[in-house]
Amino acid sequence: MPDTVPGSLRAYLHGLPGVDEVGVHRRAADLATRSIKTTAKRRAIDLAIRMVDLTTLEGADTPGKVRALAGKAMRPDPADPTTPAVAALCVYPDMVPVAAQALSGSGVGLASVATGFPAGRTSPEVKLADTRMAVAAGATEIDMVIDRGAFLSGDYRKVFDEIAAVKEACGETHLKVILETGELVSYDNVRRASWLAMHAGADFIKTSTGKVTPAATLPVTLVMLEAVRDYLAATGRRVGVKPAGGIRTTKDAMRYLVLVKEVAGESWLDPAWFRLGASTLLNDLLMQRTKLNTGHYAGPDYYTID
Amino acid sequence: MTEEIFEYAPAPESRSTVSIRPSYDLFVDGEFVEAKSDERIVTINPADEEPLSEVAVASEADVDRAFTAARRAFERVWSPLPGAERGKYLFRIARIIQERARELAVLESLDNGKPIKETRDVDLPLVAAHFFYHAGWADKLAHAGLGPSPRPLGVAAQVIPWNFPLLMLAWKVAPALATGNTVVLKPAETTPLTALAFAEICQEAGLPPGVVNIVTGAGDTGRAVVAHPDADKVAFTGSTEVGREIARAVAGTGRRLSLELGGKGANIVYDDAAIDQAVEGIVSGIFFNQGHVCCAGSRLLVQESIAEELLAKLRARIERLRLGDPLDKNTDIGAINSAAQLARIRELVAVGEAEGVSGWSPACLIPERGFWFPPTVFTGVTQAHRVAREEIFGPVLSVLTFRTPEEAVAKANNTPYGLSAGVWTEKGSRMLWTASRLRAGVVWSNTFNMFDPASPFGGYKESGYGREGGRHGLEAYLG
Repeated sequence: MPDTVPGSLRAYLHGLPGVDEVGVHRRAADLATRSIKTTAKRRAIDLAIRMVDLTTLEGADTPGKVRALAGKAMRPDPADPTTPAVAALCVYPDMVPVAAQALSGSGVGLASVATGFPAGRTSPEVKLADTRMAVAAGATEIDMVIDRGAFLSGDYRKVFDEIAAVKEACGETHLKVILETGELVSYDNVRRASWLAMHAGADFIKTSTGKVTPAATLPVTLVMLEAVRDYLAATGRRVGVKPAGGIRTTKDAMRYLVLVKEVAGESWLDPAWFRLGASTLLNDLLMQRTKLNTGHYAGPDYYTID
Repeated sequence: MTEEIFEYAPAPESRSTVSIRPSYDLFVDGEFVEAKSDERIVTINPADEEPLSEVAVASEADVDRAFTAARRAFERVWSPLPGAERGKYLFRIARIIQERARELAVLESLDNGKPIKETRDVDLPLVAAHFFYHAGWADKLAHAGLGPSPRPLGVAAQVIPWNFPLLMLAWKVAPALATGNTVVLKPAETTPLTALAFAEICQEAGLPPGVVNIVTGAGDTGRAVVAHPDADKVAFTGSTEVGREIARAVAGTGRRLSLELGGKGANIVYDDAAIDQAVEGIVSGIFFNQGHVCCAGSRLLVQESIAEELLAKLRARIERLRLGDPLDKNTDIGAINSAAQLARIRELVAVGEAEGVSGWSPACLIPERGFWFPPTVFTGVTQAHRVAREEIFGPVLSVLTFRTPEEAVAKANNTPYGLSAGVWTEKGSRMLWTASRLRAGVVWSNTFNMFDPASPFGGYKESGYGREGGRHGLEAYLG
């Protein structure tokens, strides 16, 4: 349920402490120098695999493609059954029935984008219908987009109400709110949008659709992690964070985990509270995992393409 | 302690890039020469108290020999050399430093105790940058605004501290050489090794003999260097106490003097600051280099209306600092440089506790061997407490509060020092209002402890005089 925000939304959001861009970049760069080796790397790779929302969001998606990716989500490395499954498969709403059938009984989550993804330029009725359709077809998680136009024009109430309405339409289904930080541009905006989304009922705040450049960055994710940390302290409710887009290598993933550990804290290091929205990342994680276990790299043909 | 989900495994930087000789002689006239006396100083690794090497102690006669070499090099080789040619040597030195950066970073961490993260990412890049920057000036001195044909002073006597051994050497040697002076430099007794590695770099660069002379030793050697009658210029970085002694020794001799001394920097945080970044700035202001920084932000002045919130965030942040092996790439806080410095920190902290201010430190494991002090925050401090007035030169922060900008400025300036200050506000007009009223050589705006060779650095009042770096820094070596 959305909680109440005292006074006007504008006064509230603009009363949040500012974000100094230079300082955020410096801190993110500093944390990116953490060196993750041996046992720490092994644990982090498995954790990262369990946090992946394996994603296909293309106009060319077909039932065959979605079924193939579902197979990969459940058994990322057929050669090594100790490899954990990913957190969820992320697809367009019309692909939810296919994905639901493919993932049935596996324990892998099924996330559907909704609300006119990726631009969100459609009517409130269509956005809600989009959401309800995905939920009814078996999505366990909804990744909605906020109305960036409304946010940038200062109509925070519209953004808030829309998130709250989608949350209601979701019922028990987990709601991730995509801020599309590449369009909000300033870190002050990212912080305000984060708090707005959390107050409106978001279970997760997510950086990007992956369709806008820049997508996820370390500094943006850092600002969002500060927001969920402070929101927990202020309200007692924990919200998750999902950077998405542009996370391609194991080294990238390690840097995000370091950020989670040192900014939000260890308690966020759980697929329930942190996800990595990615597609090509998984194979690199698998390659590095094999390297750690066997001491050598296997060629790319040893990893499935889907 | 509960097991962490994602505990960083040890990630030690390799020591194999470094070869430390068992013993070092003095570097005079382009070669290593034996000192006249047999006295040696053992330099140890402050993280485990193991000896690293031993160095010669230069006597007055040795210092004299170094000045003779420096004078000869000044007259015959270095000052007649065209600026563009001097610049080439400096560029060459800068490039060798970059090539050997990893080795020098490890060596600095071993001898000083500071974390490899800092030597690798801060000290060494800045050392190279100082040589590159001054190499560029060498043939452009006529355009420095110091007259059409500024002339070098002669031989510079330079004494540097142990907190940034190689960086302080760069701050002293690079401008002196670029302007056509030659130098006799004494590194600190606890951290001589990177200066001696620099001597090798001078040889590798083919620098003419006598242009750079490095004499190791302790206080007596330092006194002989700064009081030498053939010095035309004395440059010192270190404590205000020693700085006073040097000023007395130099007074009336007509020699030029620049001093970069102690500080008790104020870090002012207004209620409209970007709080998370201000917390980062407070942490880097006082815990960078274990607080062994003359321009450290050792006094936090926070607006009373946000003090509680800010301190809660600050404590949570400090709890994440990783104290330990300086060579581990994930270490944030390394070892205190020496037993003497550790004793000094302990003494002042005990004074704070006796005066009734409350100290707080995070729970952190202190290694059994070596010199360590946990990050410490004193709250409830007032202007009347000694921990608010005296330089501790360690990882100890004193927190004071203020109500209005006027009060913030008055408290910030209420110190005999005047080296650095920081201001945190998102409001530009307040930033400018505050910065223009602070009596400090450096005022950082929404950041702290950022250095650049193009930016002049130096103090007001008892923090010293003269500037190092930038166009202003050249003036200290030109007549």
